[in-house]
Amino acid sequence: MTAEKSDLPQGTLDLLILKVAALGPVHGYAIAQRLQQVTRDVVQVPQGSLYPALHRLENRGLLEADWKESETGREAKFYRLTPKGRAQLETEAASWRRLAEAVGLILRMSEGGAE
Amino acid sequence: MSWWQRLWRRKQLEEQLEKELRFHIEQHAADLIAQGHDPEEARRQARLALGGPEQVKEMCRDARGTRWVEDLWHDLRYALRTLAKNPGFTAVALLTLTLGIGVTTVMFTVINGVLLKPLPYMQPEKLVAVHSQTDTWNTAVYGEQNVAYPDFLDCQRESHSLEMGGMLFNGATLSSPGEPEYLDLREVTSELFSVLRVPLFRGRAFLSEEDRAGGALVAILGYSFWQRHFDGNPSVIGTSVVVDGRVHTVVGIAPASFRPGDQEPDVLTPIGQDIAAYLHNRQAHPVTVFARLRPGATLAQAQSELGLIGQRLAKQYADTNKGRSLTAKPLRPEVGDVRSTLWLLLGAVTLVMLIACANVASLLLARAVSREREFAVRVVLGAGRSRLIRQCLTESAVLGLSGGVLGVVLAAVGIGPFVKFWPGSLPRAAEVQLDWRVLLFAIGVSLFSGFLFGLAPALRAPARHLEQTLRAGARTVVGSSRRLHGVFVAAEIALAIVLLVAAGILGRTLLRVSSLDPGVNIHNLLITRVALSPSTLADPAKIRVAWQDILDGGQRVPGVESIAAVDTVPMREGNNQLGYWTSADVPPQNQLPFALATSVTPDYLKVMGIPLREGRFFNVEDRIGRSPVIVIDDVLAHQVFGGQEAVGKRLWIPDMGTGPYQVVGVVGHVRHWGLASDDQALVRAQLYYPFGQVEDGLLRRWSELMSITVRTGVAPLSVVEPLRRELRGTAGDQVLYEVRTMEQLASGSLGTQHFLLLLFGIFAGLALLLACVGIYGVLAYLVSRRVPEIGVRMALGATPRDVMQLVLRESMEMIFAGAGVGAIAAAVAARLLARWVAGVRSAEPWTFALMVCVLVAAALFASFLPARRASRLDPNSALRQE
Repeated sequence: MTAEKSDLPQGTLDLLILKVAALGPVHGYAIAQRLQQVTRDVVQVPQGSLYPALHRLENRGLLEADWKESETGREAKFYRLTPKGRAQLETEAASWRRLAEAVGLILRMSEGGAE
Repeated sequence: MSWWQRLWRRKQLEEQLEKELRFHIEQHAADLIAQGHDPEEARRQARLALGGPEQVKEMCRDARGTRWVEDLWHDLRYALRTLAKNPGFTAVALLTLTLGIGVTTVMFTVINGVLLKPLPYMQPEKLVAVHSQTDTWNTAVYGEQNVAYPDFLDCQRESHSLEMGGMLFNGATLSSPGEPEYLDLREVTSELFSVLRVPLFRGRAFLSEEDRAGGALVAILGYSFWQRHFDGNPSVIGTSVVVDGRVHTVVGIAPASFRPGDQEPDVLTPIGQDIAAYLHNRQAHPVTVFARLRPGATLAQAQSELGLIGQRLAKQYADTNKGRSLTAKPLRPEVGDVRSTLWLLLGAVTLVMLIACANVASLLLARAVSREREFAVRVVLGAGRSRLIRQCLTESAVLGLSGGVLGVVLAAVGIGPFVKFWPGSLPRAAEVQLDWRVLLFAIGVSLFSGFLFGLAPALRAPARHLEQTLRAGARTVVGSSRRLHGVFVAAEIALAIVLLVAAGILGRTLLRVSSLDPGVNIHNLLITRVALSPSTLADPAKIRVAWQDILDGGQRVPGVESIAAVDTVPMREGNNQLGYWTSADVPPQNQLPFALATSVTPDYLKVMGIPLREGRFFNVEDRIGRSPVIVIDDVLAHQVFGGQEAVGKRLWIPDMGTGPYQVVGVVGHVRHWGLASDDQALVRAQLYYPFGQVEDGLLRRWSELMSITVRTGVAPLSVVEPLRRELRGTAGDQVLYEVRTMEQLASGSLGTQHFLLLLFGIFAGLALLLACVGIYGVLAYLVSRRVPEIGVRMALGATPRDVMQLVLRESMEMIFAGAGVGAIAAAVAARLLARWVAGVRSAEPWTFALMVCVLVAAALFASFLPARRASRLDPNSALRQE
């Protein structure tokens, strides 16, 4: 693991999981893979906390799970987004975007102020 | 999946979790192999990437939200297993807790029944008591004033917000059927049963047409009287009974729970049929009023309505009702002066309970210290601090609740005997029962005590210096636990001292007041009330003759030395407090000084053995028509006339008539209020007036109050039957009732003090025992922890004496710290006792010192045994124990 990798900001793991699950039913390992690929190894997704997060989201009714045959022919637990999960994803994504914009604005402003 | 499903399908969830994680690792490994890794290495990396499988599983289990229930279940089973493994510890702890919770629950049951429970009627919050009041009435002396019967009738007719019922206390003689008997009679209005919403047990209530002069003569029997006099025969309804010489038809039987004013009546009759003059006069106020708010009406409405009615009556009947107002307030059960006794006892049992908790806490702490290694191992294996605290608290909660269950059983068994044992009669005794409030209280106390004694061991559970603990084994006692033990022992001692000093002060008080001079010779003295034959009551001349016949007849009974009649007997319930003044210029009633007035026949002084100090007592010449005379006691003589000669002086007593009364003699003071209470009584001064000078109009009322006192040469109770036969009268319906000896009355006047002393004595003994067991346990434990240290000391030359001193010094610190705190608390407790228990003086330095010494001695004795064991250690084997 290289030094350039940053830790995932608090609370964003749930958001990322919901986003991945929104693309279609997916099992835990695939989520981990997808997250790693998409973030191009910049963000470190702790695999150990992936499953507790999945179970938490399932218990809160944001995800649903079925046991289905995977691409390799073995049985795996596939998660998919519930309507409630979709709503949650939208609100969280929106608030994340607002936050990111605001932070970006502040960062730009401080550069401008220094000139 | 819902929370419940997750809880119940735990096994299925576990299997799925295992399968899911395995799939992840294998999939990852397969990918790595595909990338060209060695299969072994690939699997290792996959496992590493996921992290410790057990930790991941634990976190997933946490995510289910059912975790705490599962933990609780585990903790419970673990707690029961550990308790079962230490039967000795468990037995001692449970016994202590059972006693503590048991006695506390008994006390709370009584308090709940007597003070907290609402009245046993339907919708008791709607019930209202109505009183009438004037500015000149001295409520502090006489209590609240009842209502005149005509005023009551006016209120009842005019009030829209209240339905009202009335009741009059009275007495009567039942002359047929069966043995003649004196009755506790209540005259009630026809509405009383419906206002209280009490259904009759059998038969019916009075009809409104029976509740007026000239109505059909009817009676309702009280349940106990019906059982006693008629053997509970239901066919008594419709038959007739002769009450005060008049034939009444029985129409109903009241239920056993019908106790208005907390006394079950023998017989009830309609008040409207009573034509007694005083009842129809607005100047007398004998009617107790029970009212109920009508639907939708509020207490404030009722109050303003009664206020208006009162104003109208004051205008219309200015001569009797001027300045008189009517008040309404929520009806409360009458419990008299037991309140303070009950709270005192609850305080005492709370102290016992706290000592029990301290004891169990130090036991638990000792165990926690020896389990330090176990806890350290658990922390190393990943247990969190809060998890360990929770487990400790679960254990103590299990202990507390088991103790609570046993305590409730103890209370259920003990409450009956306790109520019977109460001195006199406990008010509302029938309502003292275990109910949901008591159970709630017991659960609360159990959990609270479990928390209390479990907290200290729990808080020190998470080991801080893990390595040290693990390496040291269970041998060393950390300083903090020693201090904590010391605090528990000191607390137990302090609490025990409070109880011991309280018991000591009560014992001392009893000794002191028992030796006080009651003012009368209480030995061989019989007191009994007499109900005159109903046929004599109408004629004052006949009444005077009847009393003279009673005195003459009694004198003839063998064993009787002398006999007299009196209205209020010392140390028995009942008194007549009258205002007096030394000039004709008498101020309003509520500004007058008061004295206890007693009407007596001439031989009273001789019979009672009261000393004559000056002048003369009454003789047969002091009768109606002669100038009115009184005799005063030396307290009144001192209060009014100081050192001057009292005989020949005059007093004005407005309630007895307008004229002055001449003082003809001074006699010794009698402790009318009882041995303990008399010194602090509000009204102590006494005056006597001759029964022969009671006016004709009052004679009937007075006759209902009179008792005879009999000085006997033999055991007083042995003359009761001959006396009863002799005094039966020509019609055979003159009866004796409330037969007592003066000795019974005197010791009864100390009933509360005896009772409190006994209970405080038991509690103090219990506290002493518990405290000693606690000290012994803690010291024995501390010594056993220090065996190696003591071994080293002895090997280095310490003598057995040094070792003993070492141990005793340690216990002495705890004992004296506790004694110091306890002495301060005991001083506060003594003040409370002095305020609430008649006759107690808070400053009893010798008792105080003695009790502290007793406790310190007992505590030192308890610590002597472990100290001696320490001094007899064999240094060789002690050292080898390390």
